[in-house]
Order: sequence, then C-alpha cells, then structure tokens
Amino acid sequence: MRTVSRRLSGLRWRLAALTIAAFVCLPVAALILTAFEGSAGLWPHMLRYVLPTALRETLLLLLGVGMLTTLIGTTTAWIVTAYTFPGRRFLEWGLLLPLAVPTYIIAYAYLDILHPVGAVQGALRHLLGYSSPREFRLPDIRSMWGCIFLLGLVLYPYVYLTTRSMFLTQAANLVEVSRTLGNRRHDVFRRVALPLARPAIAVGVSLALMETLNDIGASEFLGVKTLTVSIYTSWVSRSDMPGAAQISLAMLVLVIGLVLIERHARRNQRYTATAQRPRAMTPSRLTGYRAAGAFVLCITPIVLGFVAPAVYLCAEAYKRYRFAGLSDRLLGEVVNTITVSTIATVVILLCGLVVAYAARTCPGRQTAIAARISTVGYAVPGTVLALGLLMPVGAFDRLLSSGAERYLGVSVGLLLLGSGSAIVLAYCVRFMAIATGGIEAGFSRISPSLDHAARMLGQTSAGVFRRIHLPLSKPALVSAGLLIFVDCMKELPATLLLRPLNFETLATHLYGEAARGTYEEASIAALLIVAIGILPVVVLSRVGRIERRETAAPTA
Amino acid sequence: MKNKLTLKAVLAGSLLAVLAGPSGAMAAELNLYTTREPGLIQPLLDAFTKATDIKVNTIFLKDGLTERVTSEGDKSPADVLMTVDAGNLIDLVEKGLTQGVDSAVLTETIPASLRDANGNWFALSLRARAVYADKNVDLKEITYEQLADPEWKGEICIRAGQHPYNIALIGSYIAHHGEEAAEKWLEGLKANLARKAGGGDRDVARDILGGLCDIGVANSYYIGLMGSGKGGPEQEEWAKAIKMVLPTFEGGGTQVNITGAAVARHAPNKAEAVKLLEYLVSDDAQKIYAEANFEYPVNAKATVAPLIAQYGVLKPDTIDLAKGVSFRKKASELAEKVGFDN
Repeated sequence: MRTVSRRLSGLRWRLAALTIAAFVCLPVAALILTAFEGSAGLWPHMLRYVLPTALRETLLLLLGVGMLTTLIGTTTAWIVTAYTFPGRRFLEWGLLLPLAVPTYIIAYAYLDILHPVGAVQGALRHLLGYSSPREFRLPDIRSMWGCIFLLGLVLYPYVYLTTRSMFLTQAANLVEVSRTLGNRRHDVFRRVALPLARPAIAVGVSLALMETLNDIGASEFLGVKTLTVSIYTSWVSRSDMPGAAQISLAMLVLVIGLVLIERHARRNQRYTATAQRPRAMTPSRLTGYRAAGAFVLCITPIVLGFVAPAVYLCAEAYKRYRFAGLSDRLLGEVVNTITVSTIATVVILLCGLVVAYAARTCPGRQTAIAARISTVGYAVPGTVLALGLLMPVGAFDRLLSSGAERYLGVSVGLLLLGSGSAIVLAYCVRFMAIATGGIEAGFSRISPSLDHAARMLGQTSAGVFRRIHLPLSKPALVSAGLLIFVDCMKELPATLLLRPLNFETLATHLYGEAARGTYEEASIAALLIVAIGILPVVVLSRVGRIERRETAAPTA
Repeated sequence: MKNKLTLKAVLAGSLLAVLAGPSGAMAAELNLYTTREPGLIQPLLDAFTKATDIKVNTIFLKDGLTERVTSEGDKSPADVLMTVDAGNLIDLVEKGLTQGVDSAVLTETIPASLRDANGNWFALSLRARAVYADKNVDLKEITYEQLADPEWKGEICIRAGQHPYNIALIGSYIAHHGEEAAEKWLEGLKANLARKAGGGDRDVARDILGGLCDIGVANSYYIGLMGSGKGGPEQEEWAKAIKMVLPTFEGGGTQVNITGAAVARHAPNKAEAVKLLEYLVSDDAQKIYAEANFEYPVNAKATVAPLIAQYGVLKPDTIDLAKGVSFRKKASELAEKVGFDN
C-alpha cells in the first residue's frame, strides 16, 4: 500500500515538472512553426554579409563580459568573505547595487556622461588645453570595449552573488586543511576555494552571459552588432519574422550546446557538504594599507556600476522635476511594476521548486529533462520569446472568448492579453532558469542522507520537501526570488508587447520616451526603476548575513 | 499536492488581481493601438475626448503591432491602428488587418497621394528627412545624392542605417536610381561619416555643436522641438547651432514619411474609430500637429509652425509613398551589405 502511494506521489511530482516544462516550451514551439514558414534568400545574404560580423561581435562580447564579470565577481566575493576590514559590512551588500541598474540605463547614462560635448570631456579638454572635440576626444564609448565595460559593470553581481554564497558555506575545514598544508591565503583562493566554487561561478557567469547574449537595449545603443541585434533587424526592418525565428533557433541550439559542454565537464564532480551543517571559515583581519587596498578594490565596481549612473540620474531627474514637475502617471506605473513583478516572482519560485524537487526526489531522465527544458526561456532573446508567446496566448484567448460567447452567452474579451496575465506568463517562461538554477544549487548542498533519514522516519516526499528542503534552502530561495523580482522589473520587450490597454510600467514609460529621443523626460522613471531595484538588493544582503551567522554558529 | 493547490490559487489570484479589462460604464470608447510614442499624441487624444466625449484607451507598441493584432484575430479590441512609418502602415493593409473607410471628410481633407484609394489607410501628418548644417557652413541647398560626394569626407553625422527613418530614405533612393546606384551612394555616404552611424536624430545637432561634424541627416520636426525649448535649455543650445536645409532628389523632391492610421479589420467600435480619424485631420487637431509637434500638416488649412516654415516650403518627393516602401527589404539588406553600421 505504502509503496503504491509512494509511486503515485513520485508520479505527481514528475507530471507537475513535465507540465511546467511543456508550458515553457510553448513559445519555442511557436517559433519552430514560424521558422518553417520559410524565408526566401535569407541565409545566403546572412552568411555573406551579416553572420561573419555578428558572430565575431557576439563572441567577443561574450568573452569580454564573461572575463570581466568572473574577475570582478569572484575577486570581490573572496575579499569580503575571507577577510575582514573596515567597511566590509557595507561592501557585502553594496556590491549588489549595480544589479538595480538595467543595461539600457547604464548605456544611456555613460553615453551622456562621457559625451564629447559633455561635462567630463569638456573639463578634460580644458585641463589639457584643447578647445574642440576635433582636436582631442576620448575613444568613443559607442564601441565593443564600451559595451563590454558597461555590461560587465552591471552584470558582475550575478557572479558575486552565487560565488559568495558558495564561499560562505564552503566547509571551513577544507580551507583550514589547505592552510595547514602550507598554502597561503591567496593560494587557498586559487587552489581550494575557486575550484570548489566552480558550479556557483558557472551558474553566475552563465546568467550574466545569457543577459549579454539577449541584450538589445545597450548593444544596439552602443552600436555593437550582435546576433540578437541582427535578429531584431530582420524582424523590424524587413518584416521577416520567419527569418528572425530561424536565427534565434540557431542561436538557441548554440547556447544549449555550450551549457551541455559545461555540465559535461563537471559531470563526475560532487559538491555537497556533509550532512552536518558546515562551519564557515573565519575571516582574517586586514589592517593598514592592505585594508585600504581591499576596500578600494571592492568599492570601484560599485562606484562605476552604480554610484556614477545613479548620481547622473538624480541630477537629470532633478532638472526634469524643476522643468516639468512630476507626471501623475508615475504612481500608477510604480504600482503596476511592483504588482506584476511580485506576482510573477511568486509563481516562478513555486514552479522552480516543483521542478527542482521533482528532479531530486524522483531522479531520472524525465525529471532531468524537465529541469533543463524549464530553463530554455532564458536563452532566447526577450523580444523573440514574447513574439513566440503571442501566438499560443492569442489562440487561447480567442478560443476561450468564442467558447464563452457560444455556451455562456457572455463576452469575456481577451483573458490573458486583456489582463496582465500574459506578462506574468512571459516572465515565468523567461526567468524560470534563475529559479530552477538557484534552487537546484541550494538543494545540491543538502546531503541526500538527510532525505533518506527523513523518509526512513516515515515522511512522505512532500513531507521531506516541507520539513527538510524548504527550510534548508531558504537562503537560495530568497536570493533567487530577489534576482527574479529585479529582472522582472527591468524586463522590457515582453512587457511592451503583451500588456493590456492603458497599462504602463516604469520600463515601458522609459522606453516610450527613449523611442522618441527624449530620455531626459524619462529620467525620473529611470531613477525609480533603480530605486525600487535597490530594495530587494538590501534584503538580499540581510539574507547573506543571516546565513553567515547561522553557519558560523557552533553546531551542537 | 498542497503545493500545487497553492500554485493554482496564486495563478487564479494573479488573474483576478491584474484583470483590468476595458469594461467600464463610460458611454463610448475606442481602443487605439499605436507605434507613435504616447507623449506625442496624448494632447490630441485629450482634445478628442473633450470634443466628443469618447474615451480613448491606448497601447503603445513600438514594434510588433502587426503580430499583436494578428494573434488577437477576430477578437481583437483594436479599433484604430496608428503608425509612424508608411512601411508599417502598408504592411498592416497587406496583411489584411485593416478595413476600408468611406468618409467624405477624410477624402476631402487629405490629398489623394497621402491616402489609400480604398480608404485602408490615411496619412495624418508629414515629416521630411532633412539635412542639419552648422550655422556657419555656407549651404543653401543640397541633394541627397551629394551627401556621398567626397567634399563632405569626415563631415557627416547620421543615426544607424537600420533605423526605419534611414531605411525609408534608402528605399526612396532605390526607387529613384536603382539598387546598384544606391549601393554606391551608401558606400560614399559611409565614407563621409564623422563618427560611427548611431545615436538619435537630436545627437546630430548636438554633435554639430560639439564640432564633430558639419552636417547631418535628421527629421525635420526635431529642430522645432529642440528650438522651442520643450526638451529643456540644453537642447535649445543644440538647435541654435544649426540650420535646416530641405534636400531633394535630383529631379525629384524631398523624401517624406508619414504618421498615418487605419481602422482595424475587426474594430468593435468602428463609428468611433472613424470619428477619431476625422478629428485628427480637422483644423484644430492639425494645428496641434503643426504647432506642438512641428510636423507638416496634411490639411491644407493648417499652417506650418514658424520654426519650421523659415527653412522653406516642403516639396514632397514625386515617388509614390507605397513605391518607396516596397524597397524596404532591399534597403535594409543594402545597409548590411555595405556594413553601414559597422
């Protein structure tokens, strides 16, 4: 009897996970259908004139951003966990602040700050004794290096966040053993901490790289012709949706390939801690110029990635406020932004929990595939994903509307597109990867022997989930949830395409102004996006602190 | 199990919570889908609601208007579809998303060349693809062809070639001179650029002020918007540094594009939709187009704003709008072929 109910429960988890995965696949399936409509003469033209540049620029950008985010993310994460020095407590959460700045906003801010006719370059010319930008100007930020620099500055927190939580829970005894074997602290970093943190770094970097790959705001603005920009061009300038679908699917295959290679490379490695709660390492104290050096090293990315654009936005918003006052629509937009993002975050977390737990409790091909598939939405450019989602969502709405008219005699309008639900759906498909990845990483540190013990003591799989996994992976859940919230809030293309009438969020407002070239009028909305983004970042920092306290406490 | 129940509850709750469909008690309303930025049309819509008591619900869709309306099919709440580009508008007609409108007001006000013979689309205002030049540069007239002359080497600023404004310009060039000549012209123009193609049209004025370039290509209304002080004091400075020249094609006129609108195929409020279009070409509304947005009105009774009119009378190109549009795809491919934005 008991085994039957156990099997049934396993089946339920499996079914739930597969259903969620199927939902995530909907837009991709729609894209495949579109791609088959064919696009005459696209590939010869693309191969000859577009792809060579697009591939080169995309790879360069990925390489650059990957290196920059890894460098900043792991270095700062190690410094704030392995050492203690004045200002460290602020840096711990301050390093997350650039997360609140969307790529399109940092690109615009820096373009203006560093404009040849702007204040910075003007002052520089004055100092150097030149009179015109023709005689002297800094290299144009509208370039590959500018794009790498700016994207790296706002995306490194993904790596910092995942790596730091790994460093925090890395068993102290491993570090100590390494030290007693004669390694100095930075050797420990290189030889022990870094290799052990590899799954975390991989997760963080892959999130950052997916964001890079799918970025359209900053890349287009800075004139970097990535694959995603080419897809957009195909669609917009040539009304060639099948062509755009074909390129995005080709890109998706490429991304899946890369992810598989990375997974394959660490297939035989395990990273779980022991069943006992691991003891965190004790940070060593830095003083004098070493402390100052550590502080400067960590504060630099914050200043460049957050303080500079934020100060710029404040100044612009203030100018705007003096000039035109506050728009009365802003409050409604703030409410919309927070509502949709919150609902989406909750739904995504629940789906992510189901998928990740199914993969753990009933390991097997099906659940593993479900877990991988559920992350596919993150690998497709947002615009393309939204277009793909539009088809099934529209079909569902039409069906429901016709059905209601025929059988109930009432007009219900468009249920998903007419409400904000289509946006929530789009966020789910898009950001599921963050939930699944984050929760899986959290689960992976819970030793399976805990599961076995609980099951032996008579818990059902749901009981183990509730009593063991949920509490033990709380920090991972909260981090994932906050990342998702911030991402939802910044999301633009899907929100723009799938929102109902008279429905604006801060991001769509900003875009509306940006589209007509009047960024200055959007500076208040931009500032609000950054401000709302800071709140979860602050909460995130508290989670890290609690985690540290808990792990640092002596275990009985 | 319990978990799934909560999931369902949350999903259902989310549906209800965000449900904000247009189901008010207001007497008459209509739904406008637009690629035109909300800030630019809101004053017109407010005036319309005041004059007719019809409420206008809007959604701004920069790209993807076609896809959205297509996916909504016969249940689409869209009544009026408005675009800022002739190409997008004609696309909608070709995809069968519009319907013919028979309105004496519209046909009498709008010249035949600026509307569809079957009433599937109507232009509401015009803008020119103009040349901005440094005030101190001696330039009275110029042709689009001359922009590729080596005498302008390193002197021209322009936004990305793939931007719809430039695609439309290149399309018209192909319509005039054919593909091969257009490719040569684009190469010549690229060789003349002072900086990488990019930024917006206002950046052209800003960069001229900064001394990066002598001339640039930009839309006509921006000089009015900047010069009027609506964008703040900084932009007024940019506008002061430049003058506008209306270029022409050799043996043709100035390349123009339109803001236009169509009534959606499945419009639930067709009567109101037609009323909005008629209102938008009325003397009052056209005055707003001209004076607040600095566009060229389609209604002959409305006058061009002085800030724009000082640069001469617009002589629109002889090539049919629809014909220029038909070369859009070719134009985009040409820009890629010569690596205009690289």
